[in-house]
Amino acid sequence: MKVKVIITPKRAVLDPQGKTVQTALEHMGCSGVSDVRIGKYIEIEMDGDRETVEVKLSEYADKFLANPNIEDYRLVFED
Amino acid sequence: MKFAVLQFPGSNCDQDCVHVLRSVFGYPTRLLWHKEYSVGDADAVFIPGGFSYGDYLRTGSIARFSPVMGAVKEFADNGGLVLGICNGFQILCEAGLLPGALIRNRSLQFRCEHVYLQVASHNSPFTGQIPEGKNLRIPIAHGEGNYFCDDETLQSLEGNDQVLFRYVDAEGDLTDHANPNGSRANIAGICNEKRNVGGMMPHPERASEAVLGGDDGRLIFQSLITALENQPTLA
Repeated sequence: MKVKVIITPKRAVLDPQGKTVQTALEHMGCSGVSDVRIGKYIEIEMDGDRETVEVKLSEYADKFLANPNIEDYRLVFED
Repeated sequence: MKFAVLQFPGSNCDQDCVHVLRSVFGYPTRLLWHKEYSVGDADAVFIPGGFSYGDYLRTGSIARFSPVMGAVKEFADNGGLVLGICNGFQILCEAGLLPGALIRNRSLQFRCEHVYLQVASHNSPFTGQIPEGKNLRIPIAHGEGNYFCDDETLQSLEGNDQVLFRYVDAEGDLTDHANPNGSRANIAGICNEKRNVGGMMPHPERASEAVLGGDDGRLIFQSLITALENQPTLA
């Protein structure tokens, strides 16, 4: 099973990369961009049924893959 | 008095720290490889700067799970003095031994320059010997030194007098311009509630000898040494 872990900075956390890219988009003429957030994307191949994988990966995302002080994450499953 | 300086793959200020403790102050100091399970007979532990594990994933996020960090946590839980410098500060935050996190500098630039620090609290083993009113001139060298915590944590840091250093300008004024990385409340260093674990982004080990252009950093090492000398349990 392939699991995508999508990690984004929390709303309250300054995201200077996102802000810089937003400004660059505006300068390039891409209008209407109201926000850009840059995070991380991790692909994990893992054996097991979905529920087991979800329980296990949530545990490790909470303590390792994401830092709950500054980041949110979500898991996206691909069978 | 004996000291231990941790060494992770990617640490690069470990030898500087050892040099200051061993050659400038004259105390037995040993490097402690990240695979060790004990801090041995060390009276204080230094977690040096660098780029442990290449800063992969997040700064300090992998180092915190190394065996030696289990020993450091136990040492700190028992009241042992631990000072994290730069990457060491990042590791201590990741390990939960200090609150908050260090994120990408506001400017997105790696900042390598001397800064001025106001001593926000003298009530700690890391700042006790710094004369009242003296600001320190010490270098920084980091890309991810932007101290972040939520409002509640910031209030508790301020309320408990846990902020040790703040970035100020050469005149000693606390301004946004003097803040090199966007840290909340210009925070450059903090300690835990028990006051035995400290972390700071600036590098005192790079400013402990006049020949290096300044020795204000000595005051931080001297504070820690004096704090240990005053501990009744230490011979």
